[in-house]
Amino acid sequence: MEQTVLEVKNLTVSFHTEKGVILPVNGVTLTVPAGKIVGVVGESGCGKSMTARAIMGLVKYPGKVTGGKIFLCGKEITQLPEKERRRLRGSEISMIFQEPMTSLNPVVKVGKQVDEAVRLHTPCTRAEAKQKTLNMFREVEIPEPEARYNCYPHQLSGGLRQRVMIAMAMICRPRLLIADEPTTALDVTVEAQILKLLEKLRDAGTSVLLISHNLGVIARTCDEVSVMYAGRIVEHGETAALFEKPLHPYTRGLLRSVASLRAGGETLQTIPGVVPNLLHLPKGCSFSLRCEKCGADCEEKVPELRQIAPGHFARCFLAEKEGKE
Amino acid sequence: MPRDKREQMKKVADIRLESQIGEEERFWDLMRRMARENKTALLSFAVIVLMTLAAVFAPLLTPYTEKQMDLMNRLAAPSAKHLLGTDEGGRDVLTRLLFGTRVSLLIGVVPALLSLLLGAVLGVLAGYKGGLTDAVIMRIADVTLAFPSMLLAMVIMYSLGGGIMNVFLTLTLVNWANVARVVRAHTLRLKNSEFAEAARAIGVPGRKIMQRHILPNCLPSLLVLFTLNIPASILTESSLSFLGLGIQPPNASWGLMINTGRQYLYNAPWLCFVPGAAIMLIVLAFNFLGNGLLDVLDPRQKKQ
Repeated sequence: MEQTVLEVKNLTVSFHTEKGVILPVNGVTLTVPAGKIVGVVGESGCGKSMTARAIMGLVKYPGKVTGGKIFLCGKEITQLPEKERRRLRGSEISMIFQEPMTSLNPVVKVGKQVDEAVRLHTPCTRAEAKQKTLNMFREVEIPEPEARYNCYPHQLSGGLRQRVMIAMAMICRPRLLIADEPTTALDVTVEAQILKLLEKLRDAGTSVLLISHNLGVIARTCDEVSVMYAGRIVEHGETAALFEKPLHPYTRGLLRSVASLRAGGETLQTIPGVVPNLLHLPKGCSFSLRCEKCGADCEEKVPELRQIAPGHFARCFLAEKEGKE
Repeated sequence: MPRDKREQMKKVADIRLESQIGEEERFWDLMRRMARENKTALLSFAVIVLMTLAAVFAPLLTPYTEKQMDLMNRLAAPSAKHLLGTDEGGRDVLTRLLFGTRVSLLIGVVPALLSLLLGAVLGVLAGYKGGLTDAVIMRIADVTLAFPSMLLAMVIMYSLGGGIMNVFLTLTLVNWANVARVVRAHTLRLKNSEFAEAARAIGVPGRKIMQRHILPNCLPSLLVLFTLNIPASILTESSLSFLGLGIQPPNASWGLMINTGRQYLYNAPWLCFVPGAAIMLIVLAFNFLGNGLLDVLDPRQKKQ
């Protein structure tokens, strides 16, 4: 088995709008090792979902992948024609979405929708497909799979629907599952179940790229984390190291603004300012406008993503200093 | 009593399953609701069924044939022998009316179906592919819609000549653009829906997304459009036949019957009134049914 399932190098997605070119994904580099869950965390609009779309090859007009390379199990897929990209989707890379309520076709039985995924990628009869679907339903812990097979989406609860989505995405045993905010629309108990399911899938050999804005979800599930801000990765490291010793001021801000039960009575801290408009990014570090320790360099030059500690990268001029503190 | 308990458990399980299913109304529930709440629609449906039966069993319902002339008995008033009288050739009006129902229903259903198919395919293609395909298809649709439909139908009928096949073709060419517009609008909305996106994410090709994910979701609107297209087609055919461009004599069509009856409006008014009433009845029936369907299947559209 290869060591790296997904390698993204310098990925750039640009949108040509009337007011100018914006880069929602600006030179993103990511690696998903085999058998790991890698998290991408960031605020709304920081480019997490666009990165996922770009990896899937599903960036919509007027967006376009304008730079960088994507390797899947060591094979470059960026230049592949659409037909071959499509063949990869579902069989090698799959994706599940935020809204299990609307991600299933309301007029087709859920079983049939999962069958469709089987029959697209493997030649088999209807009966075989149904058998596979039922087995998958059991694997994702859908109770009474036979009864659910003939249900329409509106007859299932949110958690069940997300399970069906996962079954659909996993049925061809892809190497990589991209989960784009898979639990945002679900309540916490169901969230815990779904995350446990993702861990089970990882242990069965599928790597997961988990996108979330929820630090709690990331902390309990992921092996490695990348923090995104304004289209760039600002910090990357192993989950424990990153949460314990955040190097980038943005990560620290994020961690501070999580409500804690122990804090008792203190005002919840926030990061001052707002996410910059991607059309008018600051000249230097894109976080400089909101950074409390912003220096002269920060306003002039864009910092590189540098390795500060083993396996721990940050895009900040002051990271070494912070690391020592 | 372990057995009783087990049965009770099973009952509870059944109730749970049932309460989850039926959260939302299925197609037949909607139809039943329409029948319950909208008596006009129910009556209209009965009228349509009766007319269909009359059309199918026309030869069994009358002792005469549609073309059988009886020149000794021209323009006879309604009587026991000829319930609705006879026309200028001594043909039984009731018989011709019954046979005319066949034409009218065929004219209503076949072009409505054909334009639905054509419009749905072109509309979904235009909406899904976008770009040049969209521009070309929709500009052709705009041109079709820009013509007064009656005029367009007359031009096509003039160039092709009369006959039922040409009427089918004409009405299809006149009506497809409306369907295409509606389907395109739905497609634009549905192609960016999360489930279409999810389908793409597991590698479903575009053709299948259109077939399996977009078109089935347009069906309620299409059904409404279909029922509302039928009376429009029937009316257009009647007008064309009245103008001498549709069904050619001696075949029977309601429009044609009015046209020939026109000359005898004062001494044999039933020649015009009877087919006229039939046209009114069937058009109203389809319109009421269409509106009833619109109410239950597409509540948003109705409000606007």
